[in-house]
Amino acid sequence: MFGLNSKDTRLLLIVAALCLFAPFLLNPFPEGSELAQFNAGYPDLMQRFVIFGIFAIGFNILFGLTGYLSFGHAAFLGVGSYSAVWMFKLLGYNVLPGIVLSVIVAGLFSLLIGFISLRRSGIYFSILTLAFAQMSFAMAYSVLTPITNGETGLQVYTDDPQFLMGANSPNVPHLFGLQMNATYKMELGAWLFQFNAGYYLCAIIMLVMFYLAVRIFRSPFGIMLRAVKTNQNRMNFTGLNSRPYTLAAFVISGMYAGLAGGLMASMDPLAGAERMQWTASGEVVLMTILGGAGTLIGPVLGAGFIKYFENIFSKINDSVLHGWFAFLPDGLEDFVVAILHPFVGKGWHLTLGILFMLVVIFLPGGLIEGGQRVARLFRRKKQTPDGKDPEHHPKPAPHVAE
Amino acid sequence: MDAILLQILNGLDKGSAYALIALGLTLIFGTLGVVNFAHGALFMIGAFCAVTLNKILTLSREIVDETRTDFLGNPLKVKVPYVEGWFGPELGAAIIDWSVPLAILFAIPVMIAIGYVMERGLIKHFYKRPHADQILVTFGLAIVLQEVIKYFYGANPIPTGAPDAFRGSFDFGVLLGFDPNVIIYPYWRLVYFVFAAIVIGAVFAFLQFTTFGMVVRAGMADRETVGLLGINIDRRFTIMFGIAAAVAGLAGVMYTPINSPNYHMGMDFLVLSFVVVVVGGMGSLPGAVAAGFLLGVLESFASYSPIKNFFETYLFLPSIDQIIIYLVAIIILLTRPRGLMGRKGVMED
Amino acid sequence: MAILEVKDVGKRFGGLQALGDVNLSVAENTCHAIIGPNGAGKSTLLNCLIGKLIPDTGSVMFDGKSVLGRKPHEINQMGISRVFQTPEIFGDLTVLENMMIPIFAERDGAFALNPLKMADKQADVIERAEAMLEDMNMADKRHMHAAAMSRGDKRRLEIGMCLSQQPRLLLLDEPTAGMARADTNNTIDLLKQIKDERDITIAIIEHDMHVVFSLADRITVLAQGTPLVEDTPDKIKGHPKVREAYLGESA
Repeated sequence: MFGLNSKDTRLLLIVAALCLFAPFLLNPFPEGSELAQFNAGYPDLMQRFVIFGIFAIGFNILFGLTGYLSFGHAAFLGVGSYSAVWMFKLLGYNVLPGIVLSVIVAGLFSLLIGFISLRRSGIYFSILTLAFAQMSFAMAYSVLTPITNGETGLQVYTDDPQFLMGANSPNVPHLFGLQMNATYKMELGAWLFQFNAGYYLCAIIMLVMFYLAVRIFRSPFGIMLRAVKTNQNRMNFTGLNSRPYTLAAFVISGMYAGLAGGLMASMDPLAGAERMQWTASGEVVLMTILGGAGTLIGPVLGAGFIKYFENIFSKINDSVLHGWFAFLPDGLEDFVVAILHPFVGKGWHLTLGILFMLVVIFLPGGLIEGGQRVARLFRRKKQTPDGKDPEHHPKPAPHVAE
Repeated sequence: MDAILLQILNGLDKGSAYALIALGLTLIFGTLGVVNFAHGALFMIGAFCAVTLNKILTLSREIVDETRTDFLGNPLKVKVPYVEGWFGPELGAAIIDWSVPLAILFAIPVMIAIGYVMERGLIKHFYKRPHADQILVTFGLAIVLQEVIKYFYGANPIPTGAPDAFRGSFDFGVLLGFDPNVIIYPYWRLVYFVFAAIVIGAVFAFLQFTTFGMVVRAGMADRETVGLLGINIDRRFTIMFGIAAAVAGLAGVMYTPINSPNYHMGMDFLVLSFVVVVVGGMGSLPGAVAAGFLLGVLESFASYSPIKNFFETYLFLPSIDQIIIYLVAIIILLTRPRGLMGRKGVMED
Repeated sequence: MAILEVKDVGKRFGGLQALGDVNLSVAENTCHAIIGPNGAGKSTLLNCLIGKLIPDTGSVMFDGKSVLGRKPHEINQMGISRVFQTPEIFGDLTVLENMMIPIFAERDGAFALNPLKMADKQADVIERAEAMLEDMNMADKRHMHAAAMSRGDKRRLEIGMCLSQQPRLLLLDEPTAGMARADTNNTIDLLKQIKDERDITIAIIEHDMHVVFSLADRITVLAQGTPLVEDTPDKIKGHPKVREAYLGESA
């Protein structure tokens, strides 16, 4: 279907189904129950899942295929956000012009930065992109205050021109009248499911972007990008010029980042410089690596994983921990809570840093590789001679010589 | 003339910090072939060594001073640091006053230990992994170190002063024959510059005149050959990592009176230090030092109001000082891709 | 007619004269070997031929055009393909993908932005790639990861990739270095077959006399940066100067 082979089509359909049914899948626990805090099916978070998914899919086209590690992609996301908010200010709250402009501006900006940064490779490239991102951050934060509104962040004011704003246009971001914050709530017994217009717009765009990424991965162009990663020397001696290939990948991934930035502004019409900080660039690197760089679905998983646990971990505080470990004897309970305390709530970044290190050290292929390893393990267990269900095995399967 | 001199002086302290951090980064690049994104965190930990020592020294017990009373007429409770109890009030107070310089002695073993553990425990396993992996794992480590410090010391900057003797400023211009009050320069900044110069000199002398240094320099030039000679280069590189960590830590210790340390100062300095290393030329120690001072002074000039106003009025770029380093770095890299003093073949795969 | 003309090429590295006044001409559709003891300047000469080094003096002409100062991909597009000492292939890609890349390069040029075409629908390219794999006796390995193959197979693949571009000159840099005897013999057979079946000029730089004498039509002996003799293999074998400079040492 869509010119993809059956395996890729299946993957695309799975992602589509996940996106469509996300409001159900992410809200498995009844409202008001003890476990409701693990629900993630509310609009704001679901929007973040898919927007960061787009960001990571794009980043993966550069890093996963060519191996060029950019530490400055947040700059393109920020530029996208600023462009979209400017469209809201000038034209009105319809999100379409904003999204289109954010992709174009981010594309041009990444062309400029990529053209300079890609003169070098390896570490030099990483550091150059890092320097550019920090420079963009400083420019957004102070130097270009007239355009970015500096520390305050760019937002829409009532006296902005908004030339295309009709008399009865909604005063919030909308797509031809469909308000982005419109949410249909469905109550089913104790469960509450929310269907948000903004989420579905982002999800549809993510699906299109995912499809495009699959096409890029499977195209001759994609093969060339993988060739760049593997052996530039052979590539050049095959009559191919690797620089335009890397630049094209850089611009494409920059445009993905710009799109994500534009969507972010469309969901919440604000743009601030902090979105461009290099720690934000680090985050998308992390999502891609965690999910599995170079795989199709990995970055999306990584983005969802990080955004989900960021949300959950930040909500856990000491009283929640005490609630969980109440079954332990008092002294032990306090001890366990004290041990866990630094990692939850505001300590989420600590957990994230540790997780990041563990993944890079032990699982360079990310969650995808982890999943494959587990799957292999189970497959091997099932092939044990007596053929019993592995769950009923008292002992682990004997080691087979490899 | 005096204005130019003042800007140069103002740039020296930041330049010194850049130079010290970049020196350690380059040492690690050159010897171990590893990009250490956690190097800024080492600078930050150094600063917190000073904070910690200050906290330890001011640990106090409460005693009741019968001779004095508070406003209600009760005997006054005063806090007396233990150090004052042990060494007598005068010496004790002097020790507390000099806590930042004293922290140098405290920081050196701590930083070397941290460097040793980092190299043996983590970095060692990444020599043969791709550079991207090295960047990523040290980036993760930097986040962890930063968050640990944040957990123990909070998010707010912790002011830690210089000794009384070096507080305040003096009229540097008069010494050079300028009019009084033209070049006023804080004592501590001068101390910092002199300190940085001594540390840099010591590192260079160490590499130049000791057998150890000779092996390390040879290793920087050609690691495999030195390894083939039967010299245990890995062990020396571990020590080198410890030294680089100590240099970054010392830069942090002495920087505390200039800028109150906070948990993210490492990240702030790291990015600029990378720029410094790249501008200086990857793997070139003199390049790192020269570029550090150069960019520090440049930043100072860009914040000098006539220049700043010029950029604002004619080029519509207010706050040019915020981005000047990056702009210059980009121009240098476009014209001299290997940096000011870079050699061919270093880190180019 | 000479396809490759090296005229008065000299190259110094500091105080070392690596090459001095090298003159060499490789005739079309022959196999020309360049041999010489270690440090004779073989690698320097090769690097001058492919644009990696620019000689201090002299000129290198390929088919009447200078190759000096051109980028590797431009030199390749002139019709020179190179086989490296250690096989340079795309290790992360499958064998078939490896073979497709040079064919894409020939069809689409140095750069083509075609991110939405599907690689598995490029029937013309796949057909040619599979035919070439067939020629190389590697059709059964087509879905293997290239990095997982033996050194001999990697060499075979590399030569196949070079041939699929239909180059006019194939440069081989010690193609059997570090190979087991069986792999070496296989490679020699492959090269012989290529020589017989295709209109191609081969320039080979080699250490192993066995390889050189079983392939070359003409041999140039390089010593201390200058050509000592140039002649047919039979004459070279008995040449006193060569014995003295080279064979005497290694025999």
